[in-house]
Amino acid sequence: MSILDAAKGAAQATIQAAMGKLVPLAPDSWIPGGIPDPLIRRQHGVIGAALSRLDGPLKVQGAARFAAEFPLDDMVYAALAYATIPRGRIAGLDVAAAEAAPGVVLVMTHHNAPRMNQPAVFGSSPEAAGPADLPIMQDDRIHWNGQPIAVVLAETQEQADHAVSLIGATYAPEPATTSLAAAKAAGPQPGLFMGQPLRNEIGDAEAMLAAAPHRVDQLYRTPRHNHNAIELHGATIAWIDGGLVVHDASQLVSAEAATLAGVFDLDVAQVRVTSPYVGGGFGGKCLWDHQILGAAAARLAARPVRIVLSREGVYRGVGGRTLTEQRVAIGAEADGRFRALIHSGIAAMSPHNNMPEPFILGTRSGYAADSFSLSVETVTMNMLANTFMRAPGESVGTFALESAIDEMAVELGIDPIALRIRNEPDKDPTSGLPFSSRDIVEAWRAGADRFGWAQRSATPGTRREGEWLIGMGCATATYPYYRMPGAAARITLGRDGKAVVEVAAHEMGMGTATTTTMVAAERLGLPIDAVEVRYGDSIIPGAILAGGSQQTAAIGAAVIAAHRALVADLLKLAGNDSPLAGLSADEVGCEDGGLVKLDEPTRRESYASILDRAQRETVVAAEEASPPLELMHWSMHSHGAMFCEVRVNTVTGETRVSRFLGSFDCGRILNAKTARSQFRGGIIMGLGMALMEETQFDERNGRIMNPSLSEYHIPVHRDVPEIDVIWTDIADPHTPMGAHGIGEIGITGVAAAVANAVYNATGKRIRDLPITLDKLL
Amino acid sequence: MSISINGALAELPQDPRVSLLDFLREDLHLAGTKKGCNQGACGACTVLVDGERILSCLALAVQYDGRAVTTIEGLAEGGVLHPLQQAFIEHDGFQCGYCTPGQICSAIGMATEARRGAASHVTADLTAAVTLSREELQERMSGNLCRCGAHNGIIDAIGEMVAAELAA
Ligand code: FES
Ligand code: FES
Repeated sequence: MSILDAAKGAAQATIQAAMGKLVPLAPDSWIPGGIPDPLIRRQHGVIGAALSRLDGPLKVQGAARFAAEFPLDDMVYAALAYATIPRGRIAGLDVAAAEAAPGVVLVMTHHNAPRMNQPAVFGSSPEAAGPADLPIMQDDRIHWNGQPIAVVLAETQEQADHAVSLIGATYAPEPATTSLAAAKAAGPQPGLFMGQPLRNEIGDAEAMLAAAPHRVDQLYRTPRHNHNAIELHGATIAWIDGGLVVHDASQLVSAEAATLAGVFDLDVAQVRVTSPYVGGGFGGKCLWDHQILGAAAARLAARPVRIVLSREGVYRGVGGRTLTEQRVAIGAEADGRFRALIHSGIAAMSPHNNMPEPFILGTRSGYAADSFSLSVETVTMNMLANTFMRAPGESVGTFALESAIDEMAVELGIDPIALRIRNEPDKDPTSGLPFSSRDIVEAWRAGADRFGWAQRSATPGTRREGEWLIGMGCATATYPYYRMPGAAARITLGRDGKAVVEVAAHEMGMGTATTTTMVAAERLGLPIDAVEVRYGDSIIPGAILAGGSQQTAAIGAAVIAAHRALVADLLKLAGNDSPLAGLSADEVGCEDGGLVKLDEPTRRESYASILDRAQRETVVAAEEASPPLELMHWSMHSHGAMFCEVRVNTVTGETRVSRFLGSFDCGRILNAKTARSQFRGGIIMGLGMALMEETQFDERNGRIMNPSLSEYHIPVHRDVPEIDVIWTDIADPHTPMGAHGIGEIGITGVAAAVANAVYNATGKRIRDLPITLDKLL
Repeated sequence: MSISINGALAELPQDPRVSLLDFLREDLHLAGTKKGCNQGACGACTVLVDGERILSCLALAVQYDGRAVTTIEGLAEGGVLHPLQQAFIEHDGFQCGYCTPGQICSAIGMATEARRGAASHVTADLTAAVTLSREELQERMSGNLCRCGAHNGIIDAIGEMVAAELAA
């Protein structure tokens, strides 16, 4: 090789190395024929790395400041009194003793509460976040057992707690529906979810079921569940210059600010909601009565207020997942192909909210069948509004569906994994749309290998160690990819080469702050420590709900849009004296703190140099994400294959989960460390749902009977085995970063995997959750 | 009447009803100690009193006259994290981080109990020295709830601390 060739080769290698780091700008929409996000192809960057949480040092030192921890001068403490009847009127309220108690600043009831508008109920508009379509402490009406009837403010929490115990209330009760049987007798109503009927009819499923050579037709039940985030719901609230500031634990700061503005007749700009850290959300940290009551009391008392619900108060005033009764019927050929798939049933709701636990969502896209009949109907009970809880719909829906599939596998004598793969659809079976990405079969194969599925005996009760029967079960996990409109991002790039990225998003432990920093650093060609992400504040433009596992995609698309705008601005600022003169945004990429021409990497200029020449300290770009058109073109879902091994004690009926594996197909994983935790966290909540969790509701009076962490059991350390998690890491070409949100899928399929393992161990099929010992004796 | 908190003396509250937890959080603004239930069911409020783990929500501040309390804020020394704090970060022993201060304080107290030879429900041999197996750690940490499901990382982190102590 000549010296010249060697030099050329070296130059080539340099260019290639540069090209390896250089990433073009991402497209501004995801539609058929569009180009995928170039970050997908980038394999050696920070995306996918196992990075420790950037807020870790704060959290392990107790230095992360949660909502109830903001110190404000002259602040008073709140305590709430709760109604003890399910429906009727307050006949009398005796507050004299409370008012006279030491330290009391205010006792607020419907008699003296300020006039407030009814909060716009969630779903009624994009900004609406109200818990129910009810006025809050505006009249003497009681709508559920546990409704707040009085707020006490006092100088200390002890004084407030004592004073609230002195309040006497008498009631004029009215007839209430508090039993499921009575609610069903009143007649079910069709369920409507996000404006769409929860109903799909394809072919004559009942007739095909009746004609099928093999049938399973069973009823499955799931109870009420409470969120039980360890952080109590709380807020620190102040009125400042006529405006309202709420330091809250919130999954929807922007919508909450807009809704509070509506309640108090304020301009949205006069309300600021911050939520820097949320001590667990899962759907429960939204707008409930206590923030509104705290703000109203703060206004009356003209003092800042700290309102923290007691643990019992969380059960009285913050809704959870409702109960369901689901029929799943499958008709199949001898070879396992499904002829009919029926999934229908009821979910209970209050008269004042609309959250028909949509348990058929996963069934719509799960399996191929010749006919479908899917529906959710609602029955009405006088109770606290039920709400979103981790994977609303799929978490309980997959219990029913995936249990029934296991029953069909037994009926047919086919391996349950093989049965699922046999019914793998090639397009969405109910919408007809193509799947954006679906590699569930790969997840099944990898998972089965790793778990040692081949060791399982198909005959129940064959593995025994002393008192213990051992069994294995599996189930499909599934949750949709969502991206909601309204997200925005603002990027401020400084002459010091540092960037601040702001999104009105939330960090509840998902790792959002960390992954957002990673993705933004990668797009901007900056090191991680040159990027600061700010979030959890309603004064940041846009609205990003931490729900529906959509935050990652929503932030991703917003940052893409702001990044394009930023690069366009930088090119303008660069002007004619720059090596980049005349280039458009699509001709450049970001690398090493500057812009570089994609096909001519010697044409480059650093951000600092561009801003220097333009004599600018910063350049700021704020942009809204493109509309989520991808959802119109593809059926978009995450998938998983769940494997469980249980030991069931033949003497006590106790079930212990000894092994668990989740094998996921959820697009590209952004941070291996936080993703693993997300998956595990979902699975562990699923183990709770399978074996112990149940909100006990007194059907005589609608009161929750176990409103505490000692009576509502969640998994503790001893209940949690080492949970193995693997993933395909196959990018979805039609999403930002090729990623899917992964906050909710972990809980789906778990209860069925446990129930199916219990069946394999014992031969007993438990169709109502939780699988407690009494059901196995 | 006074109490030592992370080495600094503080005046105890006048009101005998004030729990040690509320005293820390509301009076001293040491909000690192968390309140998850206020009734002894979650462990979020765990602090160390003269090296023993206690639930500060079930303790009245005035009972602790003259005692030395260590909270999560008192574990790092000279800006260097306690090895267990570092291990929690490495093993991702938290998500939201709300149960974390209680888990960390509890684990430190738990290790002291084990060194003293205190048995747990799963200790097979009550006469032998305690070996902190994974099962022992899980059992002894079960009073500290975590709703985010960080259990595996928490036990991994504590296991690392215990192993390092054994090696030392
Ligand atoms: S707050 Fe003390 S144990 Fe829960
Ligand atoms: S990390 Fe959130 S409760 Fe444990």
